[in-house]
Amino acid sequence: MPAPRSRLTFSGRSSGADMLFEYGVLAIALSTLVLVWGLVLKMALDAQPSIERFGPGFFIGMQWNPNNEVFGALPFIFGTLLTSGIAMLIGVPLSIGIAVYLSELAPPWVREPLSFVVELLAAVPSVIYGLWAMYALRPFIAHSVEPFFMSFLGWTPPFQGNATGLDKFTAGIILAIMIIPTVTSVSKETMRAVPDSQREAALSLGATRYETTRIAVLSYSRSGIFGACILGLGRAIGETMAVTMTIGNANRISWSLLDPGQTMSSLIANNWGEAQGIQLSALIEIGLVLFIVALIVNLFARLMVGRFMRAVPSTGGGL
Amino acid sequence: MSEQKARNGKTTEDKVVMPHRGGNSMILVAGAVIVVIVVIAAIFATGVLSGGTKESVTLTGAGATFPMPLILKWADVYYNNTNHKVKVNYAGGGSGAGITQIEGNHVNFAGSDAPLSAADSSKYGLLHIPETIGPIVAAYNEPSVTNLKLDGPTLAKMFMKNITTWNDPAIVALNPGVTLPTDTITTVVRSDSSGTTFAFSGYLAVVSTEFKTLYGQGKSVSWKNAIGASGNPGVAATVKTTAHSIGYIDLSYAESNNIQFAQLKNHDGNFVTASSDTASAAAASGSVSLPAGNGDWSHVSILDAPGATSYPITTFTYILVYKELYNAQSQMNKTAAKELVNFLWWAVHGTGQSYSSGLYFAPLPASVVTLDEATLNSITYNGVALR
Repeated sequence: MPAPRSRLTFSGRSSGADMLFEYGVLAIALSTLVLVWGLVLKMALDAQPSIERFGPGFFIGMQWNPNNEVFGALPFIFGTLLTSGIAMLIGVPLSIGIAVYLSELAPPWVREPLSFVVELLAAVPSVIYGLWAMYALRPFIAHSVEPFFMSFLGWTPPFQGNATGLDKFTAGIILAIMIIPTVTSVSKETMRAVPDSQREAALSLGATRYETTRIAVLSYSRSGIFGACILGLGRAIGETMAVTMTIGNANRISWSLLDPGQTMSSLIANNWGEAQGIQLSALIEIGLVLFIVALIVNLFARLMVGRFMRAVPSTGGGL
Repeated sequence: MSEQKARNGKTTEDKVVMPHRGGNSMILVAGAVIVVIVVIAAIFATGVLSGGTKESVTLTGAGATFPMPLILKWADVYYNNTNHKVKVNYAGGGSGAGITQIEGNHVNFAGSDAPLSAADSSKYGLLHIPETIGPIVAAYNEPSVTNLKLDGPTLAKMFMKNITTWNDPAIVALNPGVTLPTDTITTVVRSDSSGTTFAFSGYLAVVSTEFKTLYGQGKSVSWKNAIGASGNPGVAATVKTTAHSIGYIDLSYAESNNIQFAQLKNHDGNFVTASSDTASAAAASGSVSLPAGNGDWSHVSILDAPGATSYPITTFTYILVYKELYNAQSQMNKTAAKELVNFLWWAVHGTGQSYSSGLYFAPLPASVVTLDEATLNSITYNGVALR
């Protein structure tokens, strides 16, 4: 027969205060929910005129023209996906590499300071990244990196055009730099959480350092690392300031990485001041799309990381 | 366990009495925090920190970045002239943003290079007050070329991407004896809604029917494959840091940033360098009959003006202000309203206008000053004229 649940009740002078405390804290917690739902509802309401006028065609519309009031989101969805894609392509391998080094290979006197520095980078305000990108990164990319790629890849569509440095390429790179701290920290934590018994088991079977890491650590922490990547993706999708300073603000689709483009967040940052009427409504609809995408990406990431953390037994027993 | 249950008839309960620790100091801390909050609120409420005398007035404006250097200079001088009584804050943001802000009553006055449509100006009751005139230049970044000459159709083709390289035959023809590089032209445009774009695209529409058909005049234009930057300062910075680029900015920004700009062929066929004088010439000879302050300004244009020394891309820039300064939404008080009218009166007359040429704007011709006087005299507060 299962043991009856004993229920601790607190009695004494403070029971009234405790109830007040409990309900007060509950109210504060609920207010965050109310805030988020209020945000979504208000945005959906304000986007109604645009949703009614453009319907599902909004998502494949190619024009953003305030003069004749035709708005379409495709160039910006394309821009967001492309820059985030570049960020992931460059950032994720680097992050996993750094995480593996910090988790498996670094001696303790290197691991602690380096982890600290990586986490510090996550705290740098994004406008600082944007400023640095404008004045330091962009000239470097325009004068060295882009001509380098153009010299042997200039015949391919992604590398045609002028190497001005204000393009999707630079935006992708600064986003990669910005997601590295996030992805690295979370990946490193999931790797550290792999029990040593796993590593010992692999080593005892004769695996090399590399094989141990691959078999025992990486495959074990796969879902956690995946979750970390999704978190990074969430940051890349929503990033505004650094992107708007480097992407060149051109409201059109172009296949070349060296052409300027536009993302959803950067479009909103550029146009919120002057938008009115149906343009404002269309802008809010884009904000709604961005919000929902970021929400889904973050929820997914937390599910993956949470599932991994729960799956790891606290002591070395069992698999 | 089961015996206990049988004995009591209910599940076991443990009673724990929580030790009540540190109670008094918590109340003291909470009390101290509340006192601090109340003191801070009182300080802000009485305005002790904001400085200035009780009668000081702050006027807010926003909008076109085109006249911003001049308006900021006026604000500075006027603040001293009135013994720190009247402070004018002008925010920039582009003509489109300025119009949105004044229509929403968030600012006392707006700056716009583009006039309102007839429908809008009558709907909102806004007056147009041209406060200065300025040239828009084609600033370029091509260090090997020191004295570029262009004409309207060529400039239009460059921005339509019909001409893509600097050594295109059309540009070579206009610049005999100059070696032009083979590089691709990068065009830089405004990413925000802009009166400067309105004037520049208006000029291109006048000199190129293809541009007029495909793109048209507007505060926002769907330029072909150009880099967008925010505000005149943004375009200036982008042109300055992007090799082989060309963009359109106010002369003031080109001069203060030391960016080269092209000579343009005017209506009479002469190559003219943008300056305060050539802009004045355009305003004098090209001035159509101007409407009253509360009229329809949407067709006013001094682009491609006739005259031997007229600069072809010259535009008025307007201050938009309500005819009736009292309204429930803005809650503007009478002192502020009076000071606004005084400031604008000062700005359009001799003292204010004397700062124009130093900042590469052109002073208003006498006929426009007279028109502005009539407009300012018509501004009312609760139906009563302020002047």
